[in-house]
Amino acid sequence: MSAVLFFIAGSGAIAGAVGVVMLRDPFYAVLALVGHLLSLAVLFLLARAEFVAAVQVVVYAGAVMVLYVFVVAYVGGREEPIGELLRGPGGRGPAAAQLRLGAAVLSGALLVELLIALLGTGLKAVSGDGAPYAPGVGGGSNQFGTPAYIGQLLLTRFLLVFEAASFLLLIAAVGAVVLARRRGGIEEDGDTERRLTPLDLIRPRGTGTMLEGVGGRAYEAARAREQNGEPGEEPVPVGAGVAPAGAPSPRGPSEQEGGW
Amino acid sequence: MAIGWYLAVSAIVFALGAAGVMVRRNPLVVLLCLELMLNGANLALIAFSRMWGNGDGQILALIVMTVAACEVCIGLGMVVAIYRRRLPIDVDELRELQG
Repeated sequence: MSAVLFFIAGSGAIAGAVGVVMLRDPFYAVLALVGHLLSLAVLFLLARAEFVAAVQVVVYAGAVMVLYVFVVAYVGGREEPIGELLRGPGGRGPAAAQLRLGAAVLSGALLVELLIALLGTGLKAVSGDGAPYAPGVGGGSNQFGTPAYIGQLLLTRFLLVFEAASFLLLIAAVGAVVLARRRGGIEEDGDTERRLTPLDLIRPRGTGTMLEGVGGRAYEAARAREQNGEPGEEPVPVGAGVAPAGAPSPRGPSEQEGGW
Repeated sequence: MAIGWYLAVSAIVFALGAAGVMVRRNPLVVLLCLELMLNGANLALIAFSRMWGNGDGQILALIVMTVAACEVCIGLGMVVAIYRRRLPIDVDELRELQG
């Protein structure tokens, strides 16, 4: 029974992987990857890794793949025929095609090498069924692969790894926000209008505004204006715009130089 | 099933993923193929964990999943940023990482 299940799930995983590599439309490639992940979860279950299999289905095939589907729908995947990949697209010359063919050969060599390492291994246990396992024996956090077992390992022996992984997730979240924010940020047209905040009334000049932190043209322009003898002490009326010199402004340059 | 069969499947999946990373041009598909490679490694880790009856491999597989999620996060953020700047979504055209 387990052998039958293994071959079904294993061929499903390999078929999904082939689909990811070969399918033209990125959307179908994502769907193939979902199928691959589900069959891989079955393989994990067969290897007695219950908790990892559940995480694989819920987090990986669920959440991460939804992210992929959203981005593919947003960007709109361009189809690329796989035959053109190997023959070389028109106009880019035969060198790219040769590189791609070389890449395919190289990965074939990688597979052969991995299989040789597998067959020639000195580990006798590779051809065995693995460590003795009896369902229900031990119970609680002693039962191999259960959530209690994983949780105990993560919070005792691998606590440092656990915390490092959480920091990594935090950094990745911040990085994604920085990458996907509006380009130009504070120097864009709508943002350059100076808004009066409570901090403007009490803070000394030259310390700690967002504009100064970002630097760039908007800050330089505001600095230059202040040094030209414009009334810096008075709070600037909201919307009376200190548009930077570089950015396109609805007001003409002469109006800016006139001062008020 | 013998552990060797799991390792064979994981080797095939890993090699397919490596081929995809090198051959495909769309960055989205390249990211998908990276996932394939990570999953192949995960399967090998789980198989070795089963082989010794030791949970360390499963913990490592969970950490690999975390790293994969981070990589997807950053990679998709970059793809969206590339798309917003109207650059071609093609790893051949994007060989210079200039502004």
